[in-house]
Amino acid sequence: MRHHYLLPDISQPGKIGCRLPSLDVAPTELPPKELLRQELDLPEVSEVELVRYFTFLSKLNYGVDTGFYPLGSCTMKYNPKWHEDIAKLPGLTSIHPYQSIDSVQGALQLMFELQEYLAEITGMNVTSLAPMAGAQGELASILMVRAYHQARGDEVRRKILVPDSAHGTNPATAAMCGFGVNTVPSNGEGNLDLKKLEAMMNEGVAALTLTMPTTLGLFDPEIAEISRLVHERGGLLCGDGANLNSLLGKVKFGDLGFDCVQLNLHKTFSTPHGGGGPGSGPVCVKSNLADFLPSPLVIKNDKDYTFTSPAKSIGSLGASYGNFGVMVKAYAYIRSLGAEGLKEVSENAVTNANYLKEKLKAYYHLPYDRTCMHEVVFSGKQQKAKGVSTLDIAKRLIDYGFHPPTIYFPLVVEEALMIEPTETESKKTLDAFIEAMREIAKEADENPEILHTAPHNTPVRRLDEVSAARKPNLRWELK
Amino acid sequence: MPLPYLPNTDADRSAMWREIGVSSADELFQDVPAKFRNVQFKLPPPLSELELKEELRQLSNRNANLDDYVCFLGAGYYRHFIPSVVGHVTGRSEFYTAYTPYQAEVSQGTLQATYEYQSLVCQLTGMEVSNAGMYDGSTAAAEAALMACRITERNKVAALSTINPRYREVIDTYVSGHDIPVEKVEPNRKDFSSECACLIIQQPNFFGYFEDLEAYTRKAHDTGALLIVIADPISLGMFKPPGNYGADIVVAEGQALGNPISFGGPGLGIFTCRKEYLRLMPGRIVGKTVDINSQPGYVLTMATREQHIRRERATSNICTNEALVALATTVYLATLGKSGLRQVAELCYHKAHYAANAVGKRKGYSLVFQQPFFKEFVVRCPVAPRQINEVLFQEKIIGGLDLSYLIDNSMLFCVTELNTKQDIDQLVEILGAL
Repeated sequence: MRHHYLLPDISQPGKIGCRLPSLDVAPTELPPKELLRQELDLPEVSEVELVRYFTFLSKLNYGVDTGFYPLGSCTMKYNPKWHEDIAKLPGLTSIHPYQSIDSVQGALQLMFELQEYLAEITGMNVTSLAPMAGAQGELASILMVRAYHQARGDEVRRKILVPDSAHGTNPATAAMCGFGVNTVPSNGEGNLDLKKLEAMMNEGVAALTLTMPTTLGLFDPEIAEISRLVHERGGLLCGDGANLNSLLGKVKFGDLGFDCVQLNLHKTFSTPHGGGGPGSGPVCVKSNLADFLPSPLVIKNDKDYTFTSPAKSIGSLGASYGNFGVMVKAYAYIRSLGAEGLKEVSENAVTNANYLKEKLKAYYHLPYDRTCMHEVVFSGKQQKAKGVSTLDIAKRLIDYGFHPPTIYFPLVVEEALMIEPTETESKKTLDAFIEAMREIAKEADENPEILHTAPHNTPVRRLDEVSAARKPNLRWELK
Repeated sequence: MPLPYLPNTDADRSAMWREIGVSSADELFQDVPAKFRNVQFKLPPPLSELELKEELRQLSNRNANLDDYVCFLGAGYYRHFIPSVVGHVTGRSEFYTAYTPYQAEVSQGTLQATYEYQSLVCQLTGMEVSNAGMYDGSTAAAEAALMACRITERNKVAALSTINPRYREVIDTYVSGHDIPVEKVEPNRKDFSSECACLIIQQPNFFGYFEDLEAYTRKAHDTGALLIVIADPISLGMFKPPGNYGADIVVAEGQALGNPISFGGPGLGIFTCRKEYLRLMPGRIVGKTVDINSQPGYVLTMATREQHIRRERATSNICTNEALVALATTVYLATLGKSGLRQVAELCYHKAHYAANAVGKRKGYSLVFQQPFFKEFVVRCPVAPRQINEVLFQEKIIGGLDLSYLIDNSMLFCVTELNTKQDIDQLVEILGAL
């Protein structure tokens, strides 16, 4: 049993974790009393107790530095430590977004060059770095779609088409932008059902949002036909770049017919995920959408860089210019790899995923038995038939020392297990994981109980999520 | 040459391809139509760690960084002292190399820290519940406006003209998808149309002074609108929290709580509200529960509000947020605690007033507003603020924000605990000599 405690448990009157200087100017009279607060009930903790507490908490976590973290769709790759050091340079962290443009030319140069690199990598014309995460990049894309049609006097396009395998953010974003959502089914091969798409693609449709490769980890070979169908009927093709890790230096979104694509710099371009952010979700567009991009863009004049706002911009997405700290790491990543290095990244990511697929398909149902890209989606339905759920398999993996894959997504695969090894894992690690997955498949036959009760050696066991939602306890109170 | 991030050797790769049944990586891209494959990518040649570090060190030196300059610029991003403890905790890679805590058993560190975060920001704002954070203060305000529309089932938003203009722009972007109009409420006119879902107010406002929060709360509630307050979290070390005035949703930019300004990002959108609105809140929420052995533990909870479950009926599309920044904020608040945060706020208050008083006494300078303020104040200047800032820059001082586009020849100064008496005296002296 572990010792559980919270900040109030180590708080004692009179303690402090940091000493501040005393006032060096004459004090001013305080404002009217009714403006002031009487009590400020924050914990009082000494520095050493605080450090031990948070160190204790950190040890309850599993990160990429701990071990293999094949969380599908999240691209949990190892990120070079020196990129972290670069991002901490005072000239990059200690600068204010509103100081004069002349005094931050280094920052603007970095942003300008990153815009150019991302446009080149995606095969698009213009990039805005403003979105602060992938979902906000999607928001920017769909607001641009809206503005584009409105600018053409086309007010009847009120629907966004979203594949049934899409991330939840795709339909949620469409709804946030005032669009209705129509779901396009996948066919038996895991590709978009072209016949259905053709039937659904009418003049009420503003755009199709498509993740490429799809969330099934597959490249849709009919992409050119999809693009033709959408564009022929006046729609736009929006890319969700969540899976760009498989296409770097190999394939360009622009060539495939996409009008815009949102990226996740924290996934593809080397920013540790921080326990859930910060991220960065730039949008790259073709010329037809460039005037609508979110503000600001960095442009280069004769001798310096400056910010500009596109003519018909959808507006601002944040109080400054996006998550600059994340941009720095992405910039460092691209500069340290170059075109050939990026290509190797994708080739290794795809090789690793296909290796797992081949070595595990005899043990777990593979719904789409074809070459995959950077991730492979299995189904736990054979195990489910024996009473062992995908959740059980995931939890048992923890006992073997691995972070579980993404589970129950995409929704189109029953009992889905979505495994993304990334390029930063060695064959040795993959072999150990394969061995664990095979053992678990055997246990599902011979000793299912051990799966139902997994994990066994974690700081906590399976948690009661139902009562957590029914009787929410979301904070402590200190009085 | 092998890349340090790619651990597989050529022999490993060949062995894997053999198992897969291909002879090269290229064959794995067979689903990509041939014409789209292996196109040209024009990127600069790769650099080693040593070379790129040096290049970026030089690039970063082309920025005037606030460690080398004295800074009187705020307007939403603030330079405060960051105790070393903060960086040491967030620098633990068990925290920063994990992701969203979907698997609770191996994510208790992130989850429990988030529970601490939610608790601390509620204590600070005087509100009942908090989510795990949004992108920044402005998007938190925009999401609050959308949430108010969901709660009241009204389709119009009112915002005081004294809120940060950048926040106003972001709110405009976020509500544009639903064609929700944003009514601008002038401060001398406490009226706004009765069909608004909410009134958005900033406290202290963009110009630094305190609004009559009590009157606005009453006004909003009289018309059935919610009151949304954009707060300055450091000010809450000494000023009455919005929760005590009856605010319905309180948002804030969390950057000031233990994070560098970082050119404006990453920041943190603090988002707190009254308990009754919990199920209409955007973003992730962590809850405390027990495991099968009745041991306490933490999980992501009430996910049925979120995009990965509810899809187009979700309360927001937000997924990844700013977890590591929220962790820094948690450590900062715990480090300073009850007396430390109050002390930071009081240092800001007294130094800012000392500065305002001294500047206001200089010939040609005057304070534009007479209301009580915290750490920012607007000064009308005898010369164009642009010129003033150029002169200050020569003296290694970053001056205030030029507000000439709103108020003639005026600028918004910010003073925090990092500005010494000497800094302030130097500023005043230079201003006086102009």
